[in-house]
Formats: sequence, structure tokens, C-alpha cells
Amino acid sequence: MTVSYALLGLLKGSSRHGYDLKRSYDRRFGEVKPIRFGQVYRTLSQLERDGRVEVVGVEAGSGPDRKRYSITSEGVTDLDTWLGEPEEPQPHRQSVLFTKVVVALLSGRSAEHFLDVQRARHLDAMKALTTARRNAATTQDALLADFQLFHLEADLRWIDHTESRLAALAEEVRDVPDPRRR
Amino acid sequence: MSQILAGDDLHKSFGLTRALRGASIVLDEGEVVAVMGPSGSGKSTLLHCLAGLLTPDRGEVRFAGRRIDDLPDRERTHLRRTVFGFVFQFGQLVPELPAVENIALPLLLAGRRRRQALAAAAPWLSRLGLDGVGERLPGELSGGQGQRVAMARALVANPRVVFADEPTGSLDSVAADEVMELLVDAAREHGTSVLMVTHEPRVAAWADRTVLVRDGVDALGQRLGMASP
Ligand SMILES: Nc1ncnc2c1ncn2[C@@H]1O[C@H](COP(=O)(O)OP(=O)(O)OP(=O)(O)O)[C@@H](O)[C@H]1O
Ligand SMILES: [Mg+2]
Repeated sequence: MTVSYALLGLLKGSSRHGYDLKRSYDRRFGEVKPIRFGQVYRTLSQLERDGRVEVVGVEAGSGPDRKRYSITSEGVTDLDTWLGEPEEPQPHRQSVLFTKVVVALLSGRSAEHFLDVQRARHLDAMKALTTARRNAATTQDALLADFQLFHLEADLRWIDHTESRLAALAEEVRDVPDPRRR
Repeated sequence: MSQILAGDDLHKSFGLTRALRGASIVLDEGEVVAVMGPSGSGKSTLLHCLAGLLTPDRGEVRFAGRRIDDLPDRERTHLRRTVFGFVFQFGQLVPELPAVENIALPLLLAGRRRRQALAAAAPWLSRLGLDGVGERLPGELSGGQGQRVAMARALVANPRVVFADEPTGSLDSVAADEVMELLVDAAREHGTSVLMVTHEPRVAAWADRTVLVRDGVDALGQRLGMASP
């Protein structure tokens, strides 16, 4: 989904070959996970079938990279629609943290210990990201690190908040095995 | 790296409130350490005891290997003025003095000539992106500008240790990053050590190490065996 729009966005500037698209994609969005050639060509064929891109030139020789692609006017409309729509907020990004706390209390284990080791791990990750951000060569790289930093910070704030309410939660979990079945 | 500041088994009570109950911490030369922990856990008290602003009821504070918690007031004040720098949440600038004189203040208090002190303070203005505001009074600065002036004041005398209590507390994230970058750069450049209290994980992430204070003791160190060496 996102990949096809990223490719449309890259094609909006000028027509390109698949190889060129892969390189641009990796440079801009591939830090976490570079895109595979296969996926680029598969996405391009799909977009071509949908009429959102078209082949504007085929060079002599063999191999998949002979074709040059360009975005169509339908493609531009579709891209604009996608960009104008808000994404669904995803409040459940790391709900495993929540689950672990409740399971720890349910099973009589130390939720505090888990929160402490998790805090330490989160802080380490944030430290590494802060260093990466300071050394970032471009604003885009810095903002990608910021994006990750703010999300980890949200987890950490929840960890601190929860730690100060653990006694109440422990009591509730102990007294009321399943609140919904009362 | 050698140890510059150490607090050992510090206790401090205010009436019946036991603010510190055996807190220990070590700060190396050039090290930036963040102190985190819930409200009321004793972070500011710890900072104030280490900086000689408060006298602990029990325990020791050592600076450069020398015990400082039992020094007479005059000597402690001298120490604070010559080797320590301070930044607090709300800059605590002197409202009657223009920005550049606020920056020069530690130098003046340490006995430097006025002209010399102002000349040393001036470069900090451009370094902090404060060109043109040197003659303004603190009341005429934005929160972020005021905080940068406070940061310059803490660093101008080239202290060995900077104590910062919520240095980014009133700033937005961009201004907070600027202030932290400045602080960490200064620490790297001059080997200054920094001990800062913060609630914000993003700010703590600038530090080399984080200490968690809980109920007046160093909780992270105690629980995870990561105590200051
Ligand atoms: N001068 C004082 N007189 C009386 N009680 C005090 C004084 N200073 C601090 N305390 C008490 O000591 C405890 C620790 O306070 P401290 O200011 O060190 O907490 P803190 O961790 O800095 O909190 P915060 O995150 O809210 O700034 C609190 O219960 C506080 O009320
Ligand atoms: Mg405080």
C-alpha cells in the first residue's frame, strides 16, 4: 500500500527506471527495510494494470530494467487523494507492554521489575537514536529519528505513569479476577 | 576517566519528610548524567546537596577527591562561584540586568573586572543565536531565549560541573534540543561534567547515563545493579 504511493510520489517528479526507483526509495524510506527489486517490479506492474503508471519507453536488450515508467493523470489523482486523507491513529503500537504488566500481576510476578528493565532498554534505544539524530546528514534523517524518539518517549511516559499506579492495579487484579464478568 | 563529584549515602530530611534516604551517585569528568524519577522523589534535594546549596544530614559529598559538605559557608560559596555552574527551570536571571550582564554575572562575582567580564560574555550571545538581544532585560526575552541566557551564564566561567534542574522545563521540543545541544557540546569541548534533573525522556537521552531516583534512593542502580561504580 504505502510502497505503491511512495513509488507514485517518486515518479511524480520525472519518469524513471525500476532500478533508479529502488535506489531513490531506499535512500528516502529504506533505512528500516530496503525494498527488494522484485517488489519494485511487482508494484510497478500492478500500478500499470490499474492505469496509474504507464511505460513511456523500452530500451533494447533484456532484463526487467529496460522499461521507463511515468505516472498517469489517474495516478496523480489517486496520489492526491491518499495524501489528503488522514491515517487511522494507531494507539496500540506496543500494547505488549500493557499485556506484560497485567500478566505479571495476574501471575504474582513483579511488574515493577519488568517496567524497570523495559525503561532501561527504552532509554538505551533513545540514547542511540539521539546520537544518530545529532549526526544526521539531512533534515529528513533527523526527522525520522525524531519520529522514533517521540514514540519511544510516549512508551516511557506510560511506563513511569504506570509504575506510580501499580499498587492500585495490583489490588484490582487481585480482587476482581475479571471485571467484565461481574 | 576520573571521578569529579561523588555523593555517598546521602540523607536529608525536612521536618518529618525524608527527602533523601541513602542516595549515592558518582559523576566522572566530562560525563553528562540525567537524574529522573517521580515528583517528590528527592531529585532536586540530591542536586542541591551535591552542589553545596544544602547540607546533608548524613553522608559525604566529595569534589575532586576533597570533602566539601562540611566546609564552612564561605568556602562553599567560593567553590560554587568558581567551579560550579547552575541552570534552573525558570532561568532565574536577575530581572534588572540586561542579558549580557546576566551572562557575565559569575565572572563579576568571582572578582573579574567589569569590562573583562562583559567581553567574555559577549561571544556567548552569537554562539547561542542571541545576536541583538544582549541589551534586553530578562522580561523582554522569550522563555527559550531566557533559558539560553541562563545556560550561557552557567557555562561562561568554564565550570568543572554544571548542575541543571529541569533546564528544558518551560521549552518546546525544538528549543529544548537547542539548549541540550549547547550543554552537551560545552561538556565535550571543555570536559565539563553535567548533572541534570529532567522529567523528559527525550532530554535524558542526551546524557551518557541515567540515574533513577525513587523515594530518596538511587533506584535504578539498586535494582539493576547498574549503580554508579
Ligand atoms: N525546603 C523544603 N522544605 C520542606 N520540604 C521540602 C523542601 N524541599 C523539598 N522538600 C520535600 O522533600 C521531598 C523531595 O523534594 P524534591 O524537591 O527533592 O523532589 P523532586 O524529586 O525534585 O520533585 P519534582 O520532580 O516535583 O521537582 C518532597 O516531599 C518535598 O516536599
Ligand atoms: Mg525538583
